[in-house]
Amino acid sequence: MHATLFYLFAALALMSGLLVAFNPFSRNPVTRAMFLVLAMIALSGLFVLLHAYFLAAIQVLVYAGAVMVLFLFVIMLMDLRESERRRVGAFAAVLGLAAVSGLGALLFGALRQAPAGTEAAVGSTRDLGRLLFTQHLFPFEIVSVLLLVAMVGVIMLSQREAE
Amino acid sequence: MIDWINNAIAGLSAQEQFALFGLLKILVAVFAIVLPLVAYSVVAERRISAWIQDRVGPNRVGIPFTNVRVWGLGQPLADGVKVLLKEDFTPAHVRTAYFWLAPMVAMVPALLTLAVIPFGSVLGAQPMVMADLNVGILYTFGITSLSVYGIVLAGYASNSKYPLLGGIRASAQMISYEIAMGLSVIPVFLLVGDLNLGQVIAYQAGGAWLVFKQPLAFAIFLIAAFAETNRLPFDMAESESELVGGYHTEYSSMKFALFFLGEYAAMVAVSAMMVVLFFGGWTLPVAGLNQPATSLGVGVLQIAVFLAKVIVLMAVFIWVRWMLPRFRYDQLMQLGWKRLVPLALANIVATAAVLFWQSTKS
Repeated sequence: MHATLFYLFAALALMSGLLVAFNPFSRNPVTRAMFLVLAMIALSGLFVLLHAYFLAAIQVLVYAGAVMVLFLFVIMLMDLRESERRRVGAFAAVLGLAAVSGLGALLFGALRQAPAGTEAAVGSTRDLGRLLFTQHLFPFEIVSVLLLVAMVGVIMLSQREAE
Repeated sequence: MIDWINNAIAGLSAQEQFALFGLLKILVAVFAIVLPLVAYSVVAERRISAWIQDRVGPNRVGIPFTNVRVWGLGQPLADGVKVLLKEDFTPAHVRTAYFWLAPMVAMVPALLTLAVIPFGSVLGAQPMVMADLNVGILYTFGITSLSVYGIVLAGYASNSKYPLLGGIRASAQMISYEIAMGLSVIPVFLLVGDLNLGQVIAYQAGGAWLVFKQPLAFAIFLIAAFAETNRLPFDMAESESELVGGYHTEYSSMKFALFFLGEYAAMVAVSAMMVVLFFGGWTLPVAGLNQPATSLGVGVLQIAVFLAKVIVLMAVFIWVRWMLPRFRYDQLMQLGWKRLVPLALANIVATAAVLFWQSTKS
């Protein structure tokens, strides 16, 4: 049962992830965005199988529920007919492949070095929060500052456009 | 008979019992409670609007094939037959796949939300909640945040200007008010100290209901709930005076009915959530109803208490719809971002400060 569900969600995540990047049937940006939503939901299913309910809920809430809705909002506001017709050039393909393999290598290395997951991430929200504010305080603060910088940047850019 | 059932149940393994009772609870809760509640809230909407506007409203349909008119309570049957038999027209210019997908996506999240709502204490040995998650509230917010897709996809699939505007408005509105809604419940969980909805009810059974302890949180949650369910005064996605019918302009027959029912199912879900978070869930501070039931009768009574509270809140939703005019779009955004979000943040800081002060004192 557990294994079946794992393979089901993993296959769903990979398939819809692939369909985001290369969809032979449609070049419609909305279709791609919707497959990305499906991939997010499948990932959240995988988190549930690992008993990481908090992460699963956050995955749906933040990525599927908020980020992707904003993507759709932008896609619908701008007329993206142009991008449907555009072909991928050789330069872009090489650059993209290089970026993907670089990121993949980084991820693989990190995964091999990482210790086995702690029980705290699986347990209650309280334990997760405590861990974030003690053991992982430094990365947590860096991410917070990064988000703040991004927020200030967005406000600066949109202000300049309004003037 | 009862002995036979008891023996048959005792013969099953724990996992089989869980599956059996889970399925039973889902079937009964959805088909015997929620869908009739949705059908009758449509009648209630029409009758209450009629009273408010000094009309009579639908009072004719009673028991089919007889002359008995039970105050128009047969109306859902007539409405159901009507939407099923109407022509299901698909305009030529729509994007067909999304046009079919959107009504389904609109209906599903509202029903999924109910999975974590504890709608009663216990019946026999079975807890009256389908899935007792330790992150119950986050699950409901996650699922509610998916409900916007039904509207956005409908707007996109219709491929014409008014539905598209409705869809765009809905996506911006729902994201904005989701933030206010999410922030407004944080003080509740600061007080309770747990994200599990059963624990929230247990906390309220031991003292005052949270609506009295956190009136500001409740007010923000209520306003955001109107926006999240696309009800007047915030039904910008529909807004029939500007956008014809908004996102469902191009829909007819059962597909339109699914949007319509989805809206009412979302109202049931959000009312149930408010009952759990702010009105003590299935508890009532009289006659020992605050404790989990020890007999079947009390268990059923507690479910009835829960349903009664949900129905009162549904009536408030309907009442407000016919009393307040629609907001303008910029007013809606201003209220969400410049009033509700800062207020909710201040409420969190104030609650945390009071709790900290109390913990240092003792």
